[in-house]
Amino acid sequence: MVSPLAHKLLRDLWRMKGQAMAIGMVIAVGVGMLVMMQGLVTSLNDTRSTYYERYRLAEVFAPVTRAPERLVTRLAAIEGVSAVEPRVVGAALIDVADFDLPVQAQAVSLPDLRAPRLNDVFLTDGRMIDSDHSDEILLLQAFAKAHDLNPGDRINATMNGARRNFQIVGLAQSPEFLYTTAPGELIPDDARFGVIWMSRSALAAAYDMDGAFNEALLSLSRGANDAAVLDAVDRILDPYGGTGAYPLADQSSNQLVSEEISGLEAAAVGVPPIFLAVAAFLLYIVINRMVQSEREEIGLMKAFGYTNGEVGAHYFKLVMAIAAGGALAGCLMGIAGGRALIQVYVAYFKFPFLVFGLDPASFVIGVSVSILAASAGGLFVLRSVFVLTPAAAMRAPAPADYSRTGAIGHTINRMLDQPSRMVLRRITRQPGRMAGAMIGIACGMALSVSMITIYAGFDRTIDLTFNVVDRSDVTVSFTHAASEATIFELRRMEGVTLVEPVRHVPAVLRNGLATHRGVVSGLAPDQRLSRALDSDLRPIALDGGGIVLSTALATKLDIAPGDMLTVEVRTGRQPVLEIPVTSVAESLLGAPSYMDLTALNRALREPNRVSGAYLSIDEAYATDIYTALQNMPSVAGVSLKSQAEVAFQTLMNTGAGAIRYVMGAIAFVITFGIVYNAARIAYAERSRDLASLRVIGFTRGEAAFVLLGELAIVTLIALPIGSIFGYYLSFGIADGFSTELYQIPAIFDPASYGFAAMVVIGAAVASGWLVKRDIDRAELVSALKTRE
Amino acid sequence: MTKNAFSTKGVTKVYGEGRSAVHALRGVDLDIPEGEIVVLLGPSGSGKSTLLNIIGGLDRATDGDAFFQDQNLSDMSDRQLTMYRRDHVGFVFQFYNLMPSLTARENVELVTEIARDPMDPDEALAMVGLRERVDHFPAQLSGGEQQRVAIARAVAKNPTVLFCDEPTGALDSQTGRAVLNVLKDVNEKLGATVLIVTHAASQAAMADRVIHFADGGIREVIVNDKKLTPEEIEW
Repeated sequence: MVSPLAHKLLRDLWRMKGQAMAIGMVIAVGVGMLVMMQGLVTSLNDTRSTYYERYRLAEVFAPVTRAPERLVTRLAAIEGVSAVEPRVVGAALIDVADFDLPVQAQAVSLPDLRAPRLNDVFLTDGRMIDSDHSDEILLLQAFAKAHDLNPGDRINATMNGARRNFQIVGLAQSPEFLYTTAPGELIPDDARFGVIWMSRSALAAAYDMDGAFNEALLSLSRGANDAAVLDAVDRILDPYGGTGAYPLADQSSNQLVSEEISGLEAAAVGVPPIFLAVAAFLLYIVINRMVQSEREEIGLMKAFGYTNGEVGAHYFKLVMAIAAGGALAGCLMGIAGGRALIQVYVAYFKFPFLVFGLDPASFVIGVSVSILAASAGGLFVLRSVFVLTPAAAMRAPAPADYSRTGAIGHTINRMLDQPSRMVLRRITRQPGRMAGAMIGIACGMALSVSMITIYAGFDRTIDLTFNVVDRSDVTVSFTHAASEATIFELRRMEGVTLVEPVRHVPAVLRNGLATHRGVVSGLAPDQRLSRALDSDLRPIALDGGGIVLSTALATKLDIAPGDMLTVEVRTGRQPVLEIPVTSVAESLLGAPSYMDLTALNRALREPNRVSGAYLSIDEAYATDIYTALQNMPSVAGVSLKSQAEVAFQTLMNTGAGAIRYVMGAIAFVITFGIVYNAARIAYAERSRDLASLRVIGFTRGEAAFVLLGELAIVTLIALPIGSIFGYYLSFGIADGFSTELYQIPAIFDPASYGFAAMVVIGAAVASGWLVKRDIDRAELVSALKTRE
Repeated sequence: MTKNAFSTKGVTKVYGEGRSAVHALRGVDLDIPEGEIVVLLGPSGSGKSTLLNIIGGLDRATDGDAFFQDQNLSDMSDRQLTMYRRDHVGFVFQFYNLMPSLTARENVELVTEIARDPMDPDEALAMVGLRERVDHFPAQLSGGEQQRVAIARAVAKNPTVLFCDEPTGALDSQTGRAVLNVLKDVNEKLGATVLIVTHAASQAAMADRVIHFADGGIREVIVNDKKLTPEEIEW
């Protein structure tokens, strides 16, 4: 037989279904988010490692200038190495119909008569190349799609200075090129960097690599000592121009994928607790209100002989039912959401297949945390159940006593009409409860402020990167470190208004155990197009032999101005330099480091060398300039800033950056949930007063003023407090969204605060309207009959 | 001939629908002359409060017409009903329904601020014998005092009619008599029509007219020629 209390439980739930659903939804969103994001991260990680494994992605990459084939046996003999694949790679330029400029590409060799031991490709369309036909190539699918190229099409490409015609026989994907980034650039872009696979013999002929290779791929056996292998590989390849072997972790595509996945992971860890805390808070307020209004029933149950425990358990079950219902709905939502979203991410990361996984731990954590949070809220309620004695509970509560707190200053009092006094006195009488509601709304404001600040932060990153730090229109990179004469050649072009040289030197930067594989950029003094700027955006003078590090790099290397930095140059003679850090520069994209060009060249003992140039051009001559650049043999690639900016926008609006929109929407839902609940509870507590006002002749609007005035005051106080919370919260969230590739600053942007305030006020107005509707519908007679 | 304050024609009130429908009023025809004290008597559920709510503008009849003077309340919009209550009607309830956050005077001012032709709040409170306690909050007043504030609030607007639903239901005999005396004063001094709904049959003795309710209809109407004062009523 079902006990009467169980009946009451079900009926209570039914009666408060609106609020129960609202709170359950907050729990559900938190749990759902946790389950979804954890599932997403698990699936992406599983899919990635399966993809890497199935296509035998190398664990060590060892670039070298030109190494004879026989070294392969020596490399394979290194302890811990399980397989070696030598290959030829080279820079190429592809002519595409839809771009004014040829697109940079990497040509990669595939063994002639066998499948590659490492870095295999996944053929998505067409067939594999036939090594008997040296003009057959496979093209990276993403690039082909971006330019509408298909198997059977022919393209022109320039390799090693020679222009040749190729036939596309197939399209392929590779775990090595999930993200493709042109050399010297930071932002991946499918359209602006291609990968061509062709037979080893054909590519070796093009790059003069017969009987030799310029990159070795290695896989390791289980338990191998990675550092020892890297050292051994470097020792073997050094005499042949090895520029330093590096592990998969430093490989650019893999790095970006890892960054994106960990960005998602950060959101999975950071967001759900906010929801659960909010839900606990709401549960506490709602159930507490319910206990207050059911004093009579509680007294009756106790009078009949129900124990504190039994009565308490009844209300506790109510809390649990809401929490468990929300958690269950959250799990289902999380699975459904995860399944939908994973497809988007699989496409985004260009995984050819999906290994869908759910993280069972996330269910357990989600459900148990939501029940714990709800219990915390419930315990406070139980306390108030226990202290009620049967007799006290069954007497109608005396009117709330305002005699001690009701005195407002006489002057203020005289200025107010009675309804305003009611609003004000209620606020002064229960400052604790008002503070609770106020803090709740302030938290909503904080969430909104910090999320909108983050949006502004993303814009700021783009603005700073593309309009302040780099003011050039075109970036040119040369095939090899060229003489400064090339700069003069560029300056002579019609329509080129300014040319500034740059030398990018690949290097490993070390400070103690912290290392960074990157590029040191040598800039001329007084550069105007590409600059190192301090935190106030003033140019930093690059005089002397010191190095200037970007904020991100200084943090990563844990180094400050005045310290010495070890720079292991990975080109030419590969000197190891000790250079003092002179300053830290503001940069939100990548982790650049700057030196004076002359000082850098002197340190390398390669005077007057440049590897590229920044150009400012007159748009009217753009086409002529592009043609001229194409015809310069020393030019390896040309990139337009406008395209780079678009690519950056795309990157930040897909991947992990896109989560900011989801979080923004969620922040709004929470804000609304809190404000609406505050309004509902205030209404529940005052419905009788409001009915009385209506009876004695107040219009609906006049009666609603008493309730909504209170909501308005609480909301208005919450705005500045929420702004302060939000200011600090935005630092945490900005940090979560920052990746190794780009940093998102937490900036104080007044417009963001204004907009967030509008969001909160909007939520308050909407809540007010919903509650006002209930006030209008309330039956005066029944509201009056209830004692309290 | 005295004018009617209220008259009803076939007023019916049904709560719910179909088989669960409850007929609270089954076609009530009634005339209440102006300036009288009228007591509505009857057991619980007989329909007396329902009728009070309908002619008080708190509820609407399912069918039939209810007139206040010459105006048909059944035809009024919500806003018109609100204005009707604001300008003409005073209410006194069993549980007082005061605003706990306002003092006695402020509770009265709540009404005088919006009424068309109100009396001075202090005068209204003096009428109910609370001149000394105007600055007290409801929590500082006894039940009888709270009820007298409620009456002061109801009469301060100079109402045309005063509706009292079990005004003495929560009070002891002495306080109850005091409250009834106030109602009598209001009737005599202000000329307001006073309608009192009660269980207590003895209070009928102070009325000009007694209406007995049963099963959603009027059983009988008695015109009382020998009115007693509240002090003479058996409690």
